[in-house]
Amino acid sequence: MSDLNKLGLAEARDALRKGDVTSVELTEACLKAIDDADALNAFVHKTPEIALERAKTADARIKEGDAPAMCGLPIGIKDLFCTKGVPSQAASKILEGFKPEYESTVSQQLADAGAVMLGKLNMDEFAMGSSNETSVYGNAVSPWRRGNDDAQLTPGGSSGGSASAVAADLCLAATGTDTGGSIRQPAAFTGITGIKPTYGRCSRWGIVAFASSLDQAGPMTKNVRDAAIMLETMCGHDPKDSTSAELAVPNFEAMLTGDIKGKKIGIPKEYRMDGMPAEIEKLWADGAEMLKAAGAEIVDISLPHTKYALPAYYVIAPAEASSNLARYDGVRYGRRATLAQGDGITEMYEKTRAEGFGHEVQRRVMVGTYVLSAGFYDAYYNRARRVRTLIKKDFEDVFAAGVDAILTPATPSASFGLGEMTEADPVQMYLNDVFTVTVNLAGLPGVSVPAGLDAQGLPLGLQLIGRPWEEGDLLNTAYALENAAGFVAKPGKWW
Amino acid sequence: MSIDQSTAAKVAKLARIKVEDDALPALASEFNTILGFIEQLNEVDVEGVEPMVSVEPMRLKRREDVVTDGNQQDKVLANAPDAREGFFAVPKVVE
Repeated sequence: MSDLNKLGLAEARDALRKGDVTSVELTEACLKAIDDADALNAFVHKTPEIALERAKTADARIKEGDAPAMCGLPIGIKDLFCTKGVPSQAASKILEGFKPEYESTVSQQLADAGAVMLGKLNMDEFAMGSSNETSVYGNAVSPWRRGNDDAQLTPGGSSGGSASAVAADLCLAATGTDTGGSIRQPAAFTGITGIKPTYGRCSRWGIVAFASSLDQAGPMTKNVRDAAIMLETMCGHDPKDSTSAELAVPNFEAMLTGDIKGKKIGIPKEYRMDGMPAEIEKLWADGAEMLKAAGAEIVDISLPHTKYALPAYYVIAPAEASSNLARYDGVRYGRRATLAQGDGITEMYEKTRAEGFGHEVQRRVMVGTYVLSAGFYDAYYNRARRVRTLIKKDFEDVFAAGVDAILTPATPSASFGLGEMTEADPVQMYLNDVFTVTVNLAGLPGVSVPAGLDAQGLPLGLQLIGRPWEEGDLLNTAYALENAAGFVAKPGKWW
Repeated sequence: MSIDQSTAAKVAKLARIKVEDDALPALASEFNTILGFIEQLNEVDVEGVEPMVSVEPMRLKRREDVVTDGNQQDKVLANAPDAREGFFAVPKVVE
């Protein structure tokens, strides 16, 4: 078999089980693709020795017939996940040199299932960004280009390295994390599938915390079936995360029938934004038509507090970040600033955090500090939490009225050029998450499915939002959409 | 609500991030852009609405208050920028 790195998880799993290919062969193909793709800056810590060792173990397991679905499949891990003995920096200077003594629960579950870690993937610093331009490793680059224009484009963020690596076939799939859209937006920008499960589905233990009430891990894959396979391995109760749900994890793949007859799909009118590009509008309408043709009932719905999701998010997420990031003090791990003669402990904190955190992270930590400070806590933080209650209730009302899933665009535009947003104010960049952030605030599962190309040949995605804990049903609707959209475009190799 | 330079300096101090004086005007201006965006929340009627505590209505799991883990001093200190004699070392705190 040639081009083994281009396989998806399901195809590779089936080939491994039939004995047509070995995990070592798959892994070597990916390692070569990774070495050829330094221009994408997707893999920032390569772990070929670990990969080949795990591949050999996986081959032995497959031979013995003891092979879970993920066994022997080479994947990339976002730098936000702590991986034992391997640099885990959250793309921040402040965690330079940090090698965890432990493994995150999600990456451990993948390893236990036999998945092969190829290395760590680029991302925005502490997952704060929508373009992978805040990383200490430099920008991750999308494999996609606008026609013959050689301008470098963003793979999105914060899981930009994951998106770039999967889209460019450097790995079969990758882990991502999503606090406001960080799986779904980069998936949409690069023509791949990404799902953020219900809050509490995946353990957050060992994942560097950004905003703990919003963060969830999820898979980024080449198709919906692969997302179902990988998500099942990532999910499950973990006593080490008190917010992880004690619920059985279904066989998501078995739920992919493609039959969505009689399902009620909501189209929220508030997502029709002023100035939305006509291409996105058309993609959305086409998506609704496809689901209708597959037997679903399309209904107009209202989520009246949608407009307030982003402002609420930009209070809650920075507030939680300012608290979570207080631990980076130059004492227990990571990097400490060089101190001047006579500097005391306060100077150590202040210099370490000024040198170690990038500009966007500093800004969010300080905004969070401000909204939590005495005199402003009620006006900002408590008000945002009240609005969050209302945003969640919008969804509850719609689901109570019988809606099974909600269809929206994944992003307000296609991918943009690296550096193009440099002059914009921070709020302009935040608008990237306008369609995804509501889902985090309400704790719901959301999946981005590639659905078409824009006039410049760049991928566009549609988002489906599901009921809590019903990822299986949501993935089945996504599967029906994927079948109807028939998205097969791949970026031409220029790197 | 508008943030002036002295408020920006106070916030930086609370966040324990050193910001040079000449960077304060730009910082204050960024804060104002973001807070201006957040001000939209004042349009929402939140009378009688409870602030969200937990997004899924789950009771947090409890366990016995006992040691579950321990005796890992070497591992705990392994990533410290400065560890000495089994402790984290920091600059002098008390004169």
